[in-house]
Amino acid sequence: MDFELTEDQAMLRDSVRRLISREYTFARRQAILGSPHGFSAEIWNLLAQQGIFALGMPEDAGGYGGATEIMLVMEELGRGLVLEPFMSTLVLSGSLIRDHGTVAQRAQLLPKMARGNCRVALAHHEAGARYVLDHVGTHATRGKGFYVLNGSKAVILDAPVADLLIVSARDESAGGLSLFLVEPGAEGLKLSPYRTQDGRSAGDLTLENVKVPTAARLGSPGFALSALEQAVDCALAALCAEAVGAMEAVNESTVQYLNTRRQFGQPIGRFQVLQHRMADMFLMATQAKSMSYLASGRCRNPDRSERRRALSAAKAYVGKAARFVGQQAVQLHGGMGMSAELPISHYFKRLTMINATFGDVDHHVGAYSDLLRTNVS
Amino acid sequence: MNLEFSASERRFRAEVQDFLRESLPASLSAKVLGLKRLTREDLLSWHRILYEKGWSAPSWPREFGGPGWSAVEQHIFDEECALAGAPPIISFGVRMVAPVIMQFGSREQQEFFLPRILSGEHWWCQGYSEPNAGSDLASLTTRAERRGDHYIVNGQKTWNTLGHFADWIFCLVRTDPEARQQEGISFLLIDMRSPGIKLRPIPLIDGEHEVNEIFFDHVEVPVGNRIGEENKGWTYAKYLLGHERVNIAQIGQAKRELSRLKQLAARELSGGRPLMEDTRFRDRLAEAEIDLMALEITVMRVLSAESARRDPGAESSVLKIRGAEIQQTLSELMMQAIGHYALPWIPEALEPGWQAHGGAEQDWPAFSARYFNLRKTTIFSGSNEIQRNIIARRILGL
Repeated sequence: MDFELTEDQAMLRDSVRRLISREYTFARRQAILGSPHGFSAEIWNLLAQQGIFALGMPEDAGGYGGATEIMLVMEELGRGLVLEPFMSTLVLSGSLIRDHGTVAQRAQLLPKMARGNCRVALAHHEAGARYVLDHVGTHATRGKGFYVLNGSKAVILDAPVADLLIVSARDESAGGLSLFLVEPGAEGLKLSPYRTQDGRSAGDLTLENVKVPTAARLGSPGFALSALEQAVDCALAALCAEAVGAMEAVNESTVQYLNTRRQFGQPIGRFQVLQHRMADMFLMATQAKSMSYLASGRCRNPDRSERRRALSAAKAYVGKAARFVGQQAVQLHGGMGMSAELPISHYFKRLTMINATFGDVDHHVGAYSDLLRTNVS
Repeated sequence: MNLEFSASERRFRAEVQDFLRESLPASLSAKVLGLKRLTREDLLSWHRILYEKGWSAPSWPREFGGPGWSAVEQHIFDEECALAGAPPIISFGVRMVAPVIMQFGSREQQEFFLPRILSGEHWWCQGYSEPNAGSDLASLTTRAERRGDHYIVNGQKTWNTLGHFADWIFCLVRTDPEARQQEGISFLLIDMRSPGIKLRPIPLIDGEHEVNEIFFDHVEVPVGNRIGEENKGWTYAKYLLGHERVNIAQIGQAKRELSRLKQLAARELSGGRPLMEDTRFRDRLAEAEIDLMALEITVMRVLSAESARRDPGAESSVLKIRGAEIQQTLSELMMQAIGHYALPWIPEALEPGWQAHGGAEQDWPAFSARYFNLRKTTIFSGSNEIQRNIIARRILGL
């Protein structure tokens, strides 16, 4: 039992934090937010030079580190409110390709992804699925040497900035879900892009007779559900860490505001009702960090129910904390919390959207609660 | 970063489990697990068994006769004891006054008191709160006046826990009424058999006798029973409060309660179906378990920081607040789980040998009493509101 960071881990965290605070000022972020894709290639390249896209990648692809390093980087990206699609590429798609890719797919994609030269988005969610992973209507029909994909995908994060998509579909020949690597420019694929509430890019996809070679199938036919569960669990851990970083930043700036804003002749931080609210925000963030540690520690646990227990517990707790800290930070900032010209409202929006990504509090409390029925001990 | 216990920590856990299996009398654990009333002799008999093994003061260093365990080992010991249903360690001596005597006591005080705390010969209690000094402890008015080599103590203490079992009491008294509040206080060790000490039990919400008022009427206390310097008592008191947070989160006990609660919910029927099938109840249970997980990992982070000799600071302030709240939540869910059976008030059910009737299980009559009793956890050792003041001022700098 040991929660201390190694020297290398502390160095990684510090250097990412320095890079972000130097290059990703709030003003710069707002400029990026206003750009067409809400994404800066320059920042992406700086992050790539820092080596963060190689985290968790296999050594032969130039990779290093694992879940703890990814957690530390996600905390810093959360703290800096960074918009760039790190999670889609590295955590979701990276783990799918690494765990399920053929030798050729891995050799072709992973080194490029590790250097930051290839962004990959996961096109899975569909209307009517909410947070249930095996609800997929898009289907794949097998031909000789190819598949034909038909269906539609909704709210696909980072699709507009991706160089490659991983599309899930019900595989008619295999009787389960399969995954396919699809070029964004493939014939029959249509993307309707938009921005999310918190400034990321996303879009809806329709697939009309999109033809992909058999070699573009990722993993065994019909077995994608467990692969998706594993990848999403890694994403949950990453989201928890990002929320923790954002909450810590929010709490620091709220404390600062309470100490400077004066009303009734004194700093408003002298009022006990605000002190106790702030103490509760701190308490929630501290506990959320503990749960984020648990999520990272367990996100690749081979025992499926143990992993479900830990990840759902973590996402539920972090979601509750993110909601409380976000809402109260806005409240304690008063009118300033409503202004789009200050960071607080942007943190609040990000924290709120993290909650809606891959399962909200109710969904994960429910998932955890369902495990209790079978597991009385 | 590693969430798992090391091989040597797991070996230590197994050693504690072996000891408990062999040495914890079944009659005693049955009382604890059955939520029966524990007598002075119950608590002391367990203390003596631990003393034989050299484990009666888990937090003490070797030089004073403790086992010299690391923070992690102490945590494992506490957890296993709670899970096995061992009676609680009598904390006022071992965990509260002893660290003060070790740090600030004279050699004579150390040599006289520490071995007697270790063996259980002396039962200690606390004289801090007064009718007008609760959260604002420094406003205490119990007076100690110097007369040659004695102090004469006059005044009143209250919310004194198990003083009716105690041989000695450690007291905060005012020795300089002219000085600023916190600067005129001294820390005295007082023999409970001294003439002029009177106890009045305060019956509590659950009908039990747990706390007392204590009246001091011209009680003579030798100057040699003062800890450290005169008028420096506040410093020692704060040091004591710092030590009180060890095991304050009560993880082991909460885990035990939660596991019982789950078994109960699987067994107990609601309209003929297991309560566990009731989504609303089960979700509450899930949330309580998730809260406990978060607290347990926070405890681990504090232990890890202590092992690495890093000040845990911020994280440790969370433990009292959340630990107290979780105990309350679990006791409330236990009471809720038994539905109508929460109603009967049967004091004799707290004694062994009582036979349950009317479809109730043996320990059910204790659930509501326990719920009422545990409301104390957010009030004592610095109320949760005082804890939030501390976080706001000391950690957040508001």
